[in-house]
Amino acid sequence: MPRVVVDVVLKPEISDPQGQAVLGALGRLGHSGVTSVRQGKHFVLDVEGTPDEAELRQIAETLLANPVIEDVELHLPTD
Amino acid sequence: MRIGVITFPGSLDDVDAARAVRLAGGDPVALWHGDHDLKDVDAVVLPGGFSYGDYLRAGAIAARSPLMQDVVAAAREGLPVLGICNGFQVLCEAGLLPGALHRNAHLHFRNRDQQLRVERADTAWTADYDAGQTIVVPVKNGEGRYVAAPADLERLEGEGRVAVRYVGGNPNGSLNDIAGVTSENGRVVGLMPHPEHAVEDLTGPSTDGLGFFTSVLKAVVAA
Repeated sequence: MPRVVVDVVLKPEISDPQGQAVLGALGRLGHSGVTSVRQGKHFVLDVEGTPDEAELRQIAETLLANPVIEDVELHLPTD
Repeated sequence: MRIGVITFPGSLDDVDAARAVRLAGGDPVALWHGDHDLKDVDAVVLPGGFSYGDYLRAGAIAARSPLMQDVVAAAREGLPVLGICNGFQVLCEAGLLPGALHRNAHLHFRNRDQQLRVERADTAWTADYDAGQTIVVPVKNGEGRYVAAPADLERLEGEGRVAVRYVGGNPNGSLNDIAGVTSENGRVVGLMPHPEHAVEDLTGPSTDGLGFFTSVLKAVVAA
């Protein structure tokens, strides 16, 4: 069954306190080379038949993400 | 005057909201998220809580429930709608109010009595206050930080869409100290603090919250 992956990340202009907390922990653990962390969500959808890109984009942009504050990346099967 | 209070799975403050309606002189009407029935109410309150466990995003799944389709359609026709805390999150997710609520800047749940300045005393839910009046009501949230893109925020401020603002300290890092916003026509209002918890001396820090519920009774008569 085709698998579609949707990644949701906060828009660059929206601050991400969770990512900043992770960055702070990394610094305390000695990983000083990491300069920024942005936390997002990763959805894996199994789809019957050939994925309909327009429908999946609509799903991603109207439910999986809040377009007011988040951007989406849609990854369709490549095979 | 029939004021509907919607219960979603995970709503917590629906009973307090109904009680506030009653103390203000209205008749609370219980509404269920899964119905397509607004029961001829004159206004609707979306209460606080954790609808659907805050899964996906706070308010995201509740905003797409059956009854919310009716609420959105009725609000566009002028039905007064108040969203408190999780209810505010639902209204933003449903597209009835601008912006979004995100994780508190300090990542802690914050629960305290909070001073607010009423910026707009001409909405359906705030007309019993004076513009610039300071009130005290409880605030309690973990995802209450009001955010919007800089251009959207500038436009909101330019249009005077901020209904209430935090004073005496911002509890969650909300941009511009925004505690609540209004729709363009002043009929839909959402705020993170809880006016329904400040309606009786015995249980609240004040009775300052009652004004939201008395305001709407007059707004409905005037309409």
